[in-house]
Amino acid sequence: MYPKELRYSTEHEWAKTEGKRVRIGITKFAADHLSDVVYIELPAVGTEIKFMETFGVVESVKAVSDLYAPVSGKVVEINKALVEKPEVLNTDPYGEGWMILVEPTSPGEMDKLLDAAAYAAHLGEAQS
Amino acid sequence: MKYIPATPAERERMLAAVGVGTVEDLFQDIPAEVRLKRPLDLPAPASDPDLLAHMRQLAARNVDCDRLACFLGAGAYDHFVPSTVPHLALRPEFLTAYTPYQAEIMQGELQAIYEYQSMMCELTGMDVANASMYDGASATGEAASMAADLTKRAEILISAAVHPEYRQVLRTYTSHLPITVRELPAVDGVTPVEAARAAITDATAALIIQSPNFFGSIEDGDALAEAAHAHGALLVVAVAEPISLGLLRPPGDYGADIVTGEGQPLGNALNFGGPYLGMIATREQFVRRIPGRLVGRTVDTEGRPGYVLTLQTREQHIRRAKATSNICTNESLNALIAAVYLSTLGRQGIQDVAELCARKAHYARERIAALPGYALAFDAPTFNEFVVRCPVPPAEINRKLLAHGILGGLPLGRFYPEYENGWLVCVTEQRTREEIDRLVDHLETVR
Repeated sequence: MYPKELRYSTEHEWAKTEGKRVRIGITKFAADHLSDVVYIELPAVGTEIKFMETFGVVESVKAVSDLYAPVSGKVVEINKALVEKPEVLNTDPYGEGWMILVEPTSPGEMDKLLDAAAYAAHLGEAQS
Repeated sequence: MKYIPATPAERERMLAAVGVGTVEDLFQDIPAEVRLKRPLDLPAPASDPDLLAHMRQLAARNVDCDRLACFLGAGAYDHFVPSTVPHLALRPEFLTAYTPYQAEIMQGELQAIYEYQSMMCELTGMDVANASMYDGASATGEAASMAADLTKRAEILISAAVHPEYRQVLRTYTSHLPITVRELPAVDGVTPVEAARAAITDATAALIIQSPNFFGSIEDGDALAEAAHAHGALLVVAVAEPISLGLLRPPGDYGADIVTGEGQPLGNALNFGGPYLGMIATREQFVRRIPGRLVGRTVDTEGRPGYVLTLQTREQHIRRAKATSNICTNESLNALIAAVYLSTLGRQGIQDVAELCARKAHYARERIAALPGYALAFDAPTFNEFVVRCPVPPAEINRKLLAHGILGGLPLGRFYPEYENGWLVCVTEQRTREEIDRLVDHLETVR
């Protein structure tokens, strides 16, 4: 449910280091709680995003949620296919459902994120 | 409406149910010193015939455009309303309909709104129109916050040739939002293109213009759109007189990104200033940011067409604090009236009304301009309104005209002190040649 190679924010985003870049999406927990996702608003390529500030919005049939950046940096690629077919987020949040690819400006921020076990524990707390 | 008074017996039962002795006991919480200790100063009850006679007498003190020759526009327009409009729009099924949440029992209302939206798109040359807003002024305020949200920019530049009350409402709308409003002075009755180019920067969310503008002048939409787009700003066009679109190019055609406006002229009576009909339409790519209700056409499980409220995640009840707008309602009956009006006239009819307005207004414009002491204030092309400079204060002219059953134009000085002797005259298809000639004859005597 929470892949070991990813890092997680308390706001339910995941971040994956790929060489000098970081791929970002939201967790299965978040996707499940949103239910059917109908619309995703992502930043334009080139936008500077900041650690734990909003970079986009995801809309489901029952809620609208902000997306928080798990790292600061410049957006170098966005998942246009996901914008076209937002429902992919519900079926494959860690794969086809990725959102943006970022060139981080402070890679050290990754250390502030949770690992899979800590994220699962965080969810346990949040749910209790 | 039925009025059902409670009988003394029913009162007793209600008092017993809530456990108090008298009605007076219910007011115990209100301090004695602030309570009225005498009967209200009202006349004795009147009989039905007496009451009706009294009301008729009061009503007769109103003057309206059925009895006056109206040359006043300035955002509210006296157009002919075909009898199909009240006949259909006042049907109880429509008259009492509330926001159509329950699609399964409100297909008629939803279809009417959907058709209204479709006609607004055709009229404005845009892709999507909402189910309507309060009025032209508030729709323009909404467009500003929509533009700021779309561009992630905070500055709105608005032409001073936009209706002064729209500008006032825009300021109210944005006063508690992180939006600053700057005004671009009008020159010679139009929005100056060069000044607009110079004023628009990479921080400008939108340029808001009105066309025909408050002075009646038709703006250079192409050039102003280009000026806005050159810096990634949006062009918002407010249309206070949508009948003009029967003759003029739709704003979508010259690059408007959001079109707002006042739908009152489309079959709605002057209504003493309200309720009016706010129009807003935009390009498909901006549909997620359009405020208010939106009706969509779909098919049911058996493939039959049906209508529903759609894209509701834009709206405040789902989007909460992140919503661009807190409007979750519309002016359904006014929108329905506009739809019936437009359907009655049809494509040709709207062109005919627009052409009549323009021809009659230009006849009046030429005749007044030819009078000694009177002159046109501006050279820009106009539709059905124009500004003349008068030899005497316009308010004085209006006073004299009213005595002859003529409602004169707007004294411009009320909103633009620099045009103290300016008089904004409007001529719709309702005015006859005889009425226009009568106006001119009177003007000749007031110099």
